[in-house]
Amino acid sequence: MHPVLLTVLKRLGLGLVTLFFVSIIIFSSINLLPGNFGEAVLGQAATEETVAAFREELGLDQPAVIRYIEWTGALAQGDLGTSFSGRAASGIDRSRPVLELIAPRLQNTLLLAALSAIIAVPLALFLGITAALWRGSWYDKSASAATLTTISFPEFFVAYILILLLSSLWPVFPSLASVEPGMPLGERIHTSLLPALTLTLVIVAHMMRMTRAAIINLLASPYIEMARLKGESPSRIVLHHALPNAWAPIATVIAFNLAYLVVGVVVVEVVFVYPGVGQLMVDAVSSRDIPVVQACALFFAATYILLNLTADIIGIVTNPRLLHPR
Amino acid sequence: MSPPGASYSAAAEVAAFRQRRSRWQRGWIELRKAPPSALLGLAIIAFYLVLALFAPWIAPHGEAEIFAQPFAPWGEEHRLGTDQIGRDILSRLIYGARNTIGIALATTLLAFLIGGSLGLAAAIGRGWLDQLLSRGVDVLMAIPSLIFALMLLSIFGSSAASLILIIATLDATRVFRLTRAVALDVAVMDYVEAARLRGEGLGWVMRREILPNIMPPLVAEFGLRFCFVFLTIASLSFLGVGIQPPTADWGSMVRENAQLIQFAQYDLRAAVTPLIPAAAIALLTVGVNFVVDWFLQKTSGIRDEH
Repeated sequence: MHPVLLTVLKRLGLGLVTLFFVSIIIFSSINLLPGNFGEAVLGQAATEETVAAFREELGLDQPAVIRYIEWTGALAQGDLGTSFSGRAASGIDRSRPVLELIAPRLQNTLLLAALSAIIAVPLALFLGITAALWRGSWYDKSASAATLTTISFPEFFVAYILILLLSSLWPVFPSLASVEPGMPLGERIHTSLLPALTLTLVIVAHMMRMTRAAIINLLASPYIEMARLKGESPSRIVLHHALPNAWAPIATVIAFNLAYLVVGVVVVEVVFVYPGVGQLMVDAVSSRDIPVVQACALFFAATYILLNLTADIIGIVTNPRLLHPR
Repeated sequence: MSPPGASYSAAAEVAAFRQRRSRWQRGWIELRKAPPSALLGLAIIAFYLVLALFAPWIAPHGEAEIFAQPFAPWGEEHRLGTDQIGRDILSRLIYGARNTIGIALATTLLAFLIGGSLGLAAAIGRGWLDQLLSRGVDVLMAIPSLIFALMLLSIFGSSAASLILIIATLDATRVFRLTRAVALDVAVMDYVEAARLRGEGLGWVMRREILPNIMPPLVAEFGLRFCFVFLTIASLSFLGVGIQPPTADWGSMVRENAQLIQFAQYDLRAAVTPLIPAAAIALLTVGVNFVVDWFLQKTSGIRDEH
């Protein structure tokens, strides 16, 4: 078998194993709950029967292994369980399935992340390559200084500065990104542009610095020296000689930052009251609605693992040393 | 010429010449050579530490003291106004330094204690212990730490103790990786082998042979890790699941006063108020980063350029 294919398959297998263990961790979080959480969910006035029925519904009377198999089985069929909220002591159950809560928000979150990525990735590549091209210039220095400061800022700081400038002082964008289902795409982008800009500012810095570093790192290698001695122009050296070999580290950084978006999205969604998965998760954490928290955590963790996996595979596939083995 | 009668002692002169500078003197010499960014960073850190340590004497009002007028504008009585239930914002800002930095520092220390000792043990012991710990850390690191922290907080509830424990455990994974990586290089050195052959125990080898030789990267990591923990705790508090009121904390202060931003066109100073705690967080992070950069350049000679 081709060595690249073998390495990729190995990496995929490792990713699956990781996902398996992560799902075990997320699943067993419910076991860590204190014993009396049935009363906590259903309220003080809950009778013993309702609590017992609730525990039975969760399957707490069965061994953990069986529950895990049932849980993953249901997961594979798209059943994420039912929310804890909406349950009353009297036994009346107005709770909603978690899937129903999460599905519309999933779309919103993915849209926001995609919008930020579409802005951030080309911008970071452009800034990184130009900074490497004119390294040492005032342009490079100011770009470095600006990115260093944005790295140190918490997301909500960037978000509120943007709100202050672009929504409060000069009302260009709405400060609340209240996206609704039947919205036309243009309007939807307009409302969610401010959160997307925040996320862009947060991730562009790191991507740009790493792109610049990856290219500058290569500029020290002998074949670049050779190209320089042949008399090629600096832009041709950077674009034709250095960049193709820098793709692997750059792709890794991009995927890593897109994975970071997953975390950043939580805070930003809360700032802008954007109806996404992140906000749902924070609300569920405050009300200790474990099934919803589990589903959100699983979504975020799976996205994170998937993106890191993609980064690794891109790194493997674009590695010339692996592609052309001796 | 030495006076007659007193014999000249070359050894005495050499000994006098070789008198070592004290720790403070050496520190002072380093400090004078430091770049301005590092000095600025040190000044920022010192300023925050003074605020944190002497908060009750510096703050004009109490941490949770409630005054009659909520959302009071900036003025004589309340320099930065009051918040949504009438607490003095300047005082809460100063107390917030104490709470936020204190909790972040405790978390980082705990993370280093757990991660560092396990990492050292894994690097020295190798074998099954190393395998077990490394694979476990791989799995834990596959979940983004903010998400993991949110999940654990929903189970254990939000209190300062659970916050410290949860974030310390999650960050210990990063510390473990670094410690193990740098300690692996040192653990194969001859002098470590010699100590082992002498019959020293695991504890001695960890503390006296390996730890002193891996200090520089660990100290730098401590600074960066502190920033990261600090930002995570601020984010969690901002989300309302971190440090709980009435304890003053910068993350939750931003959120409580965020609505003031809407009034920027009428009163810019009020609109800037919620940004001040956020700026305080950013400033400390920048300061620590400056100092860490300086430290890294000094200890490893890492240069960005070629």
